[in-house]
Amino acid sequence: MKLTLRVWRQRHADAEGHMSTYEVDGISPDMSFLEMLDTLNEELILKGEEPVAFDHDCREGICGACSLVINGDAHGPERTTTCQLHMRSFADGDTIDVEPWRAAAFPVVKDLVVDRSAFDRIIQAGGYISVPTGSAPEAHATPVPKPDADSAFEHAECIGCGACVAACPNGSAMLFTSAKVNHLNVLPQGAPERETRVLDMVAQMDSEGFGGCTLTGECATACPKGIPLPSIAAMNKEWLRATRKVRR
Amino acid sequence: MGLFGPSVSGMALATRTDRRPSLPRAVWDSTVGKKTVMAVSGLIMLLYLVAHMIGNLKIFFGPDDFNHYAHWLRTLGGPVMRWEWTLWVIRVVLVAAVVAHAVSAYQLSRRDLKARPSKYVHKKPRASYATRTMRWGGIILGLFIVWHILDLTTGTAHPGGFQHLHPYQNVIDTFSTWYGNVVYLTAVVALGLHVRHGFWSAAQTLGVGSAARDRALKTCANGLALLLTAGFVSVPVGVMTGVVS
Repeated sequence: MKLTLRVWRQRHADAEGHMSTYEVDGISPDMSFLEMLDTLNEELILKGEEPVAFDHDCREGICGACSLVINGDAHGPERTTTCQLHMRSFADGDTIDVEPWRAAAFPVVKDLVVDRSAFDRIIQAGGYISVPTGSAPEAHATPVPKPDADSAFEHAECIGCGACVAACPNGSAMLFTSAKVNHLNVLPQGAPERETRVLDMVAQMDSEGFGGCTLTGECATACPKGIPLPSIAAMNKEWLRATRKVRR
Repeated sequence: MGLFGPSVSGMALATRTDRRPSLPRAVWDSTVGKKTVMAVSGLIMLLYLVAHMIGNLKIFFGPDDFNHYAHWLRTLGGPVMRWEWTLWVIRVVLVAAVVAHAVSAYQLSRRDLKARPSKYVHKKPRASYATRTMRWGGIILGLFIVWHILDLTTGTAHPGGFQHLHPYQNVIDTFSTWYGNVVYLTAVVALGLHVRHGFWSAAQTLGVGSAARDRALKTCANGLALLLTAGFVSVPVGVMTGVVS
Protein backbone atom coordinates (compact mmCIF):
# COMPACT_ATOMS: atom_id res chain seq x y z
CA MET A 1 0.00 0.00 0.00
CA LYS A 2 1.10 3.52 -0.78
CA LEU A 3 -0.27 6.22 1.48
CA THR A 4 -0.07 9.96 1.94
CA LEU A 5 0.07 10.99 5.59
CA ARG A 6 -0.64 14.43 6.92
CA VAL A 7 0.77 14.46 10.44
CA TRP A 8 0.64 17.12 13.15
CA ARG A 9 4.19 18.23 13.93
CA GLN A 10 4.94 20.40 16.95
CA ARG A 11 8.49 20.65 18.31
CA HIS A 12 7.51 21.32 21.93
CA ALA A 13 4.58 22.40 24.10
CA ASP A 14 4.90 26.12 23.34
CA ALA A 15 5.86 25.81 19.67
CA GLU A 16 3.52 26.49 16.77
CA GLY A 17 2.36 23.27 15.17
CA HIS A 18 1.45 22.42 11.59
CA MET A 19 0.39 19.49 9.43
CA SER A 20 3.32 17.93 7.53
CA THR A 21 2.80 15.72 4.50
CA TYR A 22 4.71 12.44 4.09
CA GLU A 23 4.54 9.65 1.51
CA VAL A 24 4.93 6.06 2.76
CA ASP A 25 5.25 3.06 0.46
CA GLY A 26 5.37 -0.68 0.97
CA ILE A 27 2.78 -0.75 3.74
CA SER A 28 1.23 -4.17 4.37
CA PRO A 29 -2.52 -4.26 5.07
CA ASP A 30 -1.67 -6.53 8.04
CA MET A 31 0.41 -3.84 9.74
CA SER A 32 -1.09 -2.03 12.69
CA PHE A 33 -1.42 1.75 12.43
CA LEU A 34 1.49 2.15 14.85
CA GLU A 35 3.69 -0.21 12.79
CA MET A 36 2.90 1.95 9.78
CA LEU A 37 4.10 4.98 11.78
CA ASP A 38 7.21 2.99 12.82
CA THR A 39 7.91 2.49 9.11
CA LEU A 40 7.56 6.22 8.50
CA ASN A 41 9.87 7.00 11.43
CA GLU A 42 12.55 4.56 10.20
CA GLU A 43 12.55 6.38 6.88
CA LEU A 44 12.68 9.77 8.60
CA ILE A 45 15.63 8.67 10.76
CA LEU A 46 17.51 7.38 7.70
CA LYS A 47 16.94 10.74 6.03
CA GLY A 48 18.26 12.49 9.14
CA GLU A 49 14.89 14.01 9.97
CA GLU A 50 13.19 14.15 13.36
CA PRO A 51 10.91 11.10 13.81
CA VAL A 52 7.23 11.64 14.66
CA ALA A 53 6.65 11.37 18.42
CA PHE A 54 3.60 9.35 19.47
CA ASP A 55 2.50 7.51 22.62
CA HIS A 56 2.34 3.71 22.69
CA ASP A 57 3.03 0.92 25.15
CA CYS A 58 1.40 -2.51 25.23
CA ARG A 59 0.19 -2.56 21.61
CA GLU A 60 -2.42 -5.07 22.77
CA GLY A 61 -5.31 -2.64 23.25
CA ILE A 62 -5.26 -2.79 27.05
CA CYS A 63 -2.95 -0.05 28.34
CA GLY A 64 -4.58 3.11 26.97
CA ALA A 65 -1.30 4.76 25.91
CA CYS A 66 -1.90 5.12 22.17
CA SER A 67 -3.83 8.24 21.37
CA LEU A 68 -4.23 9.39 17.78
CA VAL A 69 -7.06 11.17 16.04
CA ILE A 70 -7.13 9.58 12.60
CA ASN A 71 -9.20 11.29 9.90
CA GLY A 72 -11.10 13.15 12.61
CA ASP A 73 -11.93 10.03 14.65
CA ALA A 74 -10.29 9.25 18.00
CA HIS A 75 -8.49 5.90 17.41
CA GLY A 76 -9.57 5.96 13.76
CA PRO A 77 -12.41 4.36 11.84
CA GLU A 78 -12.72 1.11 13.82
CA ARG A 79 -14.03 0.85 17.37
CA THR A 80 -10.73 -0.11 18.92
CA THR A 81 -7.48 1.42 20.09
CA THR A 82 -5.02 2.87 17.56
CA CYS A 83 -2.62 -0.02 18.17
CA GLN A 84 -5.30 -2.56 17.24
CA LEU A 85 -6.30 -0.64 14.12
CA HIS A 86 -4.91 -2.32 11.01
CA MET A 87 -4.02 -0.81 7.68
CA ARG A 88 -6.60 -3.01 5.95
CA SER A 89 -9.12 -0.48 7.23
CA PHE A 90 -7.68 1.93 4.65
CA ALA A 91 -7.41 1.76 0.87
CA ASP A 92 -4.26 1.96 -1.23
CA GLY A 93 -3.59 5.59 -2.18
CA ASP A 94 -5.54 7.06 0.76
CA THR A 95 -4.60 10.34 2.37
CA ILE A 96 -4.74 9.98 6.17
CA ASP A 97 -4.81 12.86 8.66
CA VAL A 98 -3.14 12.13 11.99
CA GLU A 99 -3.63 14.58 14.87
CA PRO A 100 -3.14 14.54 18.64
CA TRP A 101 -5.99 14.52 21.21
CA ARG A 102 -7.34 18.08 21.34
CA ALA A 103 -8.36 19.45 24.74
CA ALA A 104 -7.18 22.28 26.98
CA ALA A 105 -6.71 19.74 29.78
CA PHE A 106 -4.51 17.57 27.48
CA PRO A 107 -1.75 19.96 26.34
CA VAL A 108 0.47 18.77 23.50
CA VAL A 109 3.93 17.75 24.71
CA LYS A 110 5.38 17.05 21.28
CA ASP A 111 3.91 16.12 17.88
CA LEU A 112 1.19 13.57 18.67
CA VAL A 113 2.00 13.16 22.37
CA VAL A 114 -0.28 14.87 24.90
CA ASP A 115 -0.06 15.16 28.68
CA ARG A 116 -2.92 13.14 30.20
CA SER A 117 -1.86 13.50 33.85
CA ALA A 118 -5.17 15.31 34.50
CA PHE A 119 -6.75 11.83 34.42
CA ASP A 120 -4.30 10.62 37.07
CA ARG A 121 -5.30 13.48 39.34
CA ILE A 122 -9.00 12.65 38.90
CA ILE A 123 -8.22 9.07 39.96
CA GLN A 124 -6.20 10.34 42.93
CA ALA A 125 -9.18 12.40 44.04
CA GLY A 126 -11.36 9.34 44.65
CA GLY A 127 -10.71 6.41 42.32
CA TYR A 128 -9.71 4.04 45.11
CA ILE A 129 -11.16 2.13 48.05
CA SER A 130 -9.80 2.19 51.60
CA VAL A 131 -9.04 -1.32 52.82
CA PRO A 132 -6.75 -2.66 55.52
CA THR A 133 -3.67 -4.10 53.85
CA GLY A 134 -2.30 -7.45 54.91
CA SER A 135 -3.58 -10.95 54.26
CA ALA A 136 -6.07 -11.48 51.47
CA PRO A 137 -9.71 -11.24 52.60
CA GLU A 138 -11.93 -14.33 52.57
CA ALA A 139 -13.35 -14.51 49.05
CA HIS A 140 -16.98 -14.95 50.11
CA ALA A 141 -16.98 -12.48 52.99
CA THR A 142 -18.54 -9.73 50.86
CA PRO A 143 -21.28 -11.00 48.56
CA VAL A 144 -21.69 -9.01 45.33
CA PRO A 145 -24.88 -9.50 43.30
CA LYS A 146 -24.10 -10.63 39.75
CA PRO A 147 -25.70 -7.60 38.02
CA ASP A 148 -23.60 -5.28 40.21
CA ALA A 149 -20.45 -7.26 39.49
CA ASP A 150 -21.22 -7.08 35.76
CA SER A 151 -21.87 -3.34 35.91
CA ALA A 152 -18.66 -2.74 37.87
CA PHE A 153 -16.71 -4.81 35.36
CA GLU A 154 -18.23 -3.02 32.39
CA HIS A 155 -17.04 0.30 33.83
CA ALA A 156 -13.71 -1.13 34.97
CA GLU A 157 -12.93 -1.84 31.32
CA CYS A 158 -12.06 1.86 30.87
CA ILE A 159 -8.35 2.04 30.09
CA GLY A 160 -8.14 5.82 30.54
CA CYS A 161 -6.93 6.50 27.00
CA GLY A 162 -8.82 9.81 26.76
CA ALA A 163 -10.59 9.12 23.46
CA CYS A 164 -13.81 10.37 25.11
CA VAL A 165 -12.23 13.76 25.77
CA ALA A 166 -10.69 13.88 22.30
CA ALA A 167 -14.03 13.14 20.62
CA CYS A 168 -16.11 15.50 22.78
CA PRO A 169 -16.71 18.92 21.18
CA ASN A 170 -16.48 20.36 24.72
CA GLY A 171 -13.33 18.47 25.74
CA SER A 172 -15.35 16.95 28.58
CA ALA A 173 -14.10 14.09 30.76
CA MET A 174 -17.54 13.00 31.95
CA LEU A 175 -17.44 9.52 30.38
CA PHE A 176 -14.02 8.72 31.89
CA THR A 177 -14.97 10.06 35.32
CA SER A 178 -18.34 8.30 35.26
CA ALA A 179 -16.68 4.98 34.37
CA LYS A 180 -14.32 5.31 37.32
CA VAL A 181 -17.02 6.48 39.75
CA ASN A 182 -19.56 3.83 38.75
CA HIS A 183 -16.97 1.05 38.79
CA LEU A 184 -16.42 1.50 42.52
CA ASN A 185 -19.77 2.96 43.59
CA VAL A 186 -21.81 -0.11 42.60
CA LEU A 187 -19.61 -2.42 44.71
CA PRO A 188 -19.92 -2.93 48.48
CA GLN A 189 -16.16 -2.38 48.72
CA GLY A 190 -16.67 1.13 47.38
CA ALA A 191 -19.59 1.97 49.65
CA PRO A 192 -17.69 3.72 52.53
CA GLU A 193 -16.46 6.44 50.15
CA ARG A 194 -19.47 6.43 47.86
CA GLU A 195 -20.34 10.11 48.40
CA THR A 196 -16.88 11.65 48.76
CA ARG A 197 -15.67 9.72 45.71
CA VAL A 198 -18.15 11.22 43.25
CA LEU A 199 -17.97 14.72 44.75
CA ASP A 200 -14.18 14.85 44.85
CA MET A 201 -13.66 13.28 41.41
CA VAL A 202 -16.17 15.62 39.73
CA ALA A 203 -14.62 18.62 41.51
CA GLN A 204 -11.15 17.55 40.33
CA MET A 205 -12.46 17.00 36.80
CA ASP A 206 -13.85 20.56 36.78
CA SER A 207 -10.66 22.07 38.19
CA GLU A 208 -8.56 20.44 35.44
CA GLY A 209 -10.34 22.59 32.84
CA PHE A 210 -12.38 19.90 31.11
CA GLY A 211 -15.62 21.15 29.55
CA GLY A 212 -19.13 20.27 30.63
CA CYS A 213 -21.31 17.54 29.17
CA THR A 214 -23.87 18.46 26.50
CA LEU A 215 -24.75 14.81 25.86
CA THR A 216 -23.70 14.76 22.23
CA GLY A 217 -22.76 11.10 22.69
CA GLU A 218 -19.48 11.44 20.77
CA CYS A 219 -17.54 10.03 23.74
CA ALA A 220 -19.40 6.73 23.86
CA THR A 221 -19.10 6.36 20.08
CA ALA A 222 -15.33 6.84 20.24
CA CYS A 223 -14.68 4.71 23.35
CA PRO A 224 -12.64 1.64 22.36
CA LYS A 225 -13.96 -0.21 25.41
CA GLY A 226 -17.63 0.54 24.85
CA ILE A 227 -18.30 2.48 28.06
CA PRO A 228 -21.98 3.33 27.50
CA LEU A 229 -23.41 6.86 27.46
CA PRO A 230 -25.95 6.12 30.27
CA SER A 231 -22.89 5.80 32.50
CA ILE A 232 -22.93 9.62 32.62
CA ALA A 233 -26.56 9.68 33.79
CA ALA A 234 -25.66 7.15 36.49
CA MET A 235 -22.83 9.39 37.72
CA ASN A 236 -25.14 12.44 37.70
CA LYS A 237 -27.52 10.46 39.89
CA GLU A 238 -24.68 9.59 42.28
CA TRP A 239 -23.55 13.23 42.36
CA LEU A 240 -27.03 14.56 43.16
CA ARG A 241 -27.48 11.92 45.86
CA ALA A 242 -24.09 12.70 47.42
CA THR A 243 -24.63 16.47 47.26
CA ARG A 244 -27.82 16.08 49.28
CA LYS A 245 -26.44 13.46 51.64
CA VAL A 246 -23.17 15.01 52.81
CA ARG A 247 -25.06 18.06 54.10
CA ARG A 248 -27.58 16.17 56.17
CA MET B 1 0.31 7.50 44.51
CA GLY B 2 2.95 5.64 46.50
CA LEU B 3 2.75 2.11 47.85
CA PHE B 4 0.46 3.17 50.68
CA GLY B 5 -0.90 6.16 48.77
CA PRO B 6 -4.49 5.09 48.17
CA SER B 7 -5.24 3.90 51.67
CA VAL B 8 -3.41 6.74 53.39
CA SER B 9 -5.19 9.45 51.41
CA GLY B 10 -8.42 7.52 51.92
CA MET B 11 -7.93 7.69 55.68
CA ALA B 12 -7.24 11.38 55.41
CA LEU B 13 -10.53 11.80 53.58
CA ALA B 14 -12.47 9.88 56.22
CA THR B 15 -11.30 12.29 58.92
CA ARG B 16 -11.22 15.45 56.83
CA THR B 17 -12.16 18.54 58.77
CA ASP B 18 -12.55 21.03 55.91
CA ARG B 19 -16.18 22.03 55.48
CA ARG B 20 -18.07 21.34 52.33
CA PRO B 21 -19.65 24.40 50.68
CA SER B 22 -23.37 25.10 51.10
CA LEU B 23 -25.80 23.29 48.83
CA PRO B 24 -26.48 26.20 46.41
CA ARG B 25 -22.76 26.96 46.21
CA ALA B 26 -21.89 23.31 45.58
CA VAL B 27 -24.49 23.10 42.82
CA TRP B 28 -23.56 26.39 41.14
CA ASP B 29 -19.79 25.76 41.25
CA SER B 30 -19.97 22.34 39.59
CA THR B 31 -20.54 21.64 35.90
CA VAL B 32 -22.83 18.78 36.92
CA GLY B 33 -24.71 21.10 39.29
CA LYS B 34 -25.09 23.84 36.72
CA LYS B 35 -26.50 21.31 34.28
CA THR B 36 -29.00 20.40 37.00
CA VAL B 37 -30.06 24.05 37.14
CA MET B 38 -30.50 23.96 33.36
CA ALA B 39 -32.50 20.72 33.51
CA VAL B 40 -34.86 21.90 36.25
CA SER B 41 -35.41 25.39 34.77
CA GLY B 42 -35.89 23.80 31.33
CA LEU B 43 -38.53 21.43 32.65
CA ILE B 44 -40.38 24.32 34.33
CA MET B 45 -40.47 26.17 31.00
CA LEU B 46 -41.49 23.00 29.18
CA LEU B 47 -44.41 22.46 31.56
CA TYR B 48 -45.53 26.04 30.94
CA LEU B 49 -45.18 25.61 27.16
CA VAL B 50 -47.44 22.56 27.12
CA ALA B 51 -50.14 24.52 29.00
CA HIS B 52 -49.55 27.57 26.76
CA MET B 53 -49.87 25.49 23.59
CA ILE B 54 -53.10 23.83 24.74
CA GLY B 55 -54.49 27.25 25.72
CA ASN B 56 -53.59 28.64 22.27
CA LEU B 57 -55.74 26.00 20.60
CA LYS B 58 -58.81 27.65 22.12
CA ILE B 59 -58.46 30.19 19.31
CA PHE B 60 -60.15 27.66 17.00
CA PHE B 61 -63.36 27.94 19.06
CA GLY B 62 -63.85 31.59 18.10
CA PRO B 63 -63.24 35.04 19.62
CA ASP B 64 -65.60 34.64 22.57
CA ASP B 65 -64.03 31.41 23.78
CA PHE B 66 -60.48 32.68 23.32
CA ASN B 67 -61.01 36.10 24.88
CA HIS B 68 -62.90 34.55 27.77
CA TYR B 69 -60.00 32.15 28.32
CA ALA B 70 -57.62 35.13 28.53
CA HIS B 71 -59.94 36.71 31.07
CA TRP B 72 -60.16 33.50 33.12
CA LEU B 73 -56.33 33.28 33.28
CA ARG B 74 -56.38 36.53 35.25
CA THR B 75 -58.91 35.21 37.75
CA LEU B 76 -56.94 32.01 38.40
CA GLY B 77 -56.71 31.05 42.07
CA GLY B 78 -59.56 33.33 43.10
CA PRO B 79 -61.00 34.29 45.44
CA VAL B 80 -57.78 33.76 47.41
CA MET B 81 -55.76 35.35 44.63
CA ARG B 82 -56.90 38.72 43.34
CA TRP B 83 -57.01 39.84 39.66
CA GLU B 84 -53.79 38.77 37.83
CA TRP B 85 -52.02 37.68 41.05
CA THR B 86 -51.57 34.07 39.94
CA LEU B 87 -50.54 35.24 36.50
CA TRP B 88 -47.83 37.40 38.03
CA VAL B 89 -46.58 34.49 40.18
CA ILE B 90 -46.28 32.40 37.01
CA ARG B 91 -44.50 35.29 35.25
CA VAL B 92 -41.96 35.67 38.08
CA VAL B 93 -41.26 31.92 38.13
CA LEU B 94 -40.85 31.92 34.34
CA VAL B 95 -38.48 34.89 34.33
CA ALA B 96 -36.43 33.21 37.06
CA ALA B 97 -36.34 30.00 34.99
CA VAL B 98 -35.32 31.84 31.79
CA VAL B 99 -32.56 33.77 33.59
CA ALA B 100 -31.23 30.67 35.41
CA HIS B 101 -31.31 28.67 32.16
CA ALA B 102 -29.60 31.38 30.10
CA VAL B 103 -26.91 32.27 32.66
CA SER B 104 -26.02 28.59 33.21
CA ALA B 105 -25.94 28.00 29.46
CA TYR B 106 -23.72 31.03 28.91
CA GLN B 107 -21.26 30.05 31.64
CA LEU B 108 -21.13 26.39 30.61
CA SER B 109 -20.74 27.28 26.93
CA ARG B 110 -17.84 29.59 27.69
CA ARG B 111 -16.22 26.83 29.69
CA ASP B 112 -16.83 24.29 26.91
CA LEU B 113 -15.30 26.51 24.23
CA LYS B 114 -12.26 27.14 26.45
CA ALA B 115 -11.86 23.41 27.05
CA ARG B 116 -11.38 22.79 23.33
CA PRO B 117 -9.25 25.73 22.13
CA SER B 118 -7.76 24.12 19.01
CA LYS B 119 -10.01 22.44 16.49
CA TYR B 120 -9.16 19.37 14.48
CA VAL B 121 -7.82 19.99 10.98
CA HIS B 122 -9.83 17.01 9.74
CA LYS B 123 -13.42 17.96 10.55
CA LYS B 124 -16.34 15.58 10.55
CA PRO B 125 -20.06 16.36 10.87
CA ARG B 126 -20.82 15.48 14.45
CA ALA B 127 -23.92 14.71 16.52
CA SER B 128 -27.51 15.33 15.44
CA TYR B 129 -28.78 18.63 14.07
CA ALA B 130 -30.84 19.20 17.23
CA THR B 131 -27.76 18.69 19.40
CA ARG B 132 -25.55 21.00 17.33
CA THR B 133 -28.09 23.83 17.29
CA MET B 134 -28.76 23.97 21.06
CA ARG B 135 -26.75 27.16 21.60
CA TRP B 136 -27.91 29.14 18.57
CA GLY B 137 -31.42 27.76 19.02
CA GLY B 138 -31.41 28.98 22.60
CA ILE B 139 -30.31 32.47 21.53
CA ILE B 140 -33.07 32.57 18.88
CA LEU B 141 -35.63 31.52 21.50
CA GLY B 142 -34.40 34.15 23.95
CA LEU B 143 -34.76 36.92 21.36
CA PHE B 144 -38.14 35.55 20.32
CA ILE B 145 -39.45 35.67 23.90
CA VAL B 146 -38.60 39.39 24.08
CA TRP B 147 -40.39 40.13 20.77
CA HIS B 148 -43.32 37.88 21.67
CA ILE B 149 -43.94 39.73 24.97
CA LEU B 150 -43.57 43.16 23.32
CA ASP B 151 -45.95 42.02 20.58
CA LEU B 152 -48.75 40.21 22.41
CA THR B 153 -48.41 40.98 26.14
CA THR B 154 -47.48 44.66 26.36
CA GLY B 155 -48.45 45.53 22.79
CA THR B 156 -45.39 47.78 22.43
CA ALA B 157 -44.30 46.20 19.14
CA HIS B 158 -47.74 45.20 17.94
CA PRO B 159 -48.80 45.77 14.33
CA GLY B 160 -52.08 47.68 14.36
CA GLY B 161 -53.92 48.82 17.46
CA PHE B 162 -53.23 46.54 20.42
CA GLN B 163 -56.36 45.83 22.44
CA HIS B 164 -55.85 44.64 26.00
CA LEU B 165 -57.89 41.50 26.81
CA HIS B 166 -58.82 41.01 23.15
CA PRO B 167 -56.12 38.52 22.23
CA TYR B 168 -58.16 37.04 19.37
CA GLN B 169 -57.87 40.21 17.28
CA ASN B 170 -54.25 40.78 18.43
CA VAL B 171 -53.22 37.32 17.26
CA ILE B 172 -54.84 37.91 13.86
CA ASP B 173 -53.03 41.27 13.56
CA THR B 174 -49.65 39.65 14.21
CA PHE B 175 -50.15 36.75 11.84
CA SER B 176 -51.47 39.02 9.12
CA THR B 177 -47.94 40.42 8.69
CA TRP B 178 -45.30 38.45 6.81
CA TYR B 179 -42.59 39.13 9.41
CA GLY B 180 -44.90 38.07 12.24
CA ASN B 181 -45.30 34.67 10.61
CA VAL B 182 -41.62 34.32 9.70
CA VAL B 183 -40.37 35.20 13.19
CA TYR B 184 -42.94 32.99 14.91
CA LEU B 185 -42.47 29.95 12.69
CA THR B 186 -38.67 30.20 12.94
CA ALA B 187 -38.91 30.31 16.72
CA VAL B 188 -41.31 27.37 16.88
CA VAL B 189 -39.03 25.19 14.74
CA ALA B 190 -36.10 26.21 16.97
CA LEU B 191 -38.22 25.27 19.98
CA GLY B 192 -39.02 21.83 18.59
CA LEU B 193 -35.33 21.11 17.97
CA HIS B 194 -34.37 22.52 21.38
CA VAL B 195 -36.91 20.36 23.21
CA ARG B 196 -35.92 17.27 21.23
CA HIS B 197 -32.38 17.26 22.62
CA GLY B 198 -33.19 19.23 25.78
CA PHE B 199 -35.81 16.95 27.30
CA TRP B 200 -33.74 13.82 26.83
CA SER B 201 -30.63 15.64 28.13
CA ALA B 202 -32.49 16.85 31.21
CA ALA B 203 -33.39 13.25 32.01
CA GLN B 204 -29.70 12.27 31.77
CA THR B 205 -28.64 15.22 33.92
CA LEU B 206 -31.17 14.40 36.61
CA GLY B 207 -29.97 10.79 36.63
CA VAL B 208 -33.22 9.34 35.30
CA GLY B 209 -31.63 8.07 32.08
CA SER B 210 -30.52 4.47 31.78
CA ALA B 211 -29.95 1.97 28.99
CA ALA B 212 -33.34 0.39 29.70
CA ARG B 213 -35.21 3.71 29.62
CA ASP B 214 -33.31 5.32 26.76
CA ARG B 215 -35.79 4.42 24.05
CA ALA B 216 -38.79 5.55 26.10
CA LEU B 217 -37.08 8.86 26.92
CA LYS B 218 -36.11 9.51 23.29
CA THR B 219 -39.66 8.72 22.14
CA CYS B 220 -41.03 11.02 24.81
CA ALA B 221 -38.65 13.83 23.77
CA ASN B 222 -39.54 13.46 20.08
CA GLY B 223 -43.26 13.26 20.89
CA LEU B 224 -43.13 16.39 23.04
CA ALA B 225 -41.15 18.28 20.41
CA LEU B 226 -43.54 17.28 17.66
CA LEU B 227 -46.64 18.03 19.74
CA LEU B 228 -45.40 21.49 20.75
CA THR B 229 -44.29 22.36 17.21
CA ALA B 230 -47.56 21.21 15.63
CA GLY B 231 -49.69 22.91 18.29
CA PHE B 232 -47.91 26.26 18.06
CA VAL B 233 -47.66 26.19 14.26
CA SER B 234 -51.41 25.57 13.95
CA VAL B 235 -52.25 29.14 15.10
CA PRO B 236 -50.41 31.16 12.39
CA VAL B 237 -51.40 28.53 9.82
CA GLY B 238 -55.01 28.94 10.98
CA VAL B 239 -54.81 32.71 10.45
CA MET B 240 -53.01 32.39 7.09
CA THR B 241 -55.57 29.91 5.75
CA GLY B 242 -58.48 31.98 7.03
CA VAL B 243 -59.72 29.32 9.49
CA VAL B 244 -59.16 31.92 12.19
CA SER B 245 -60.42 35.34 11.08
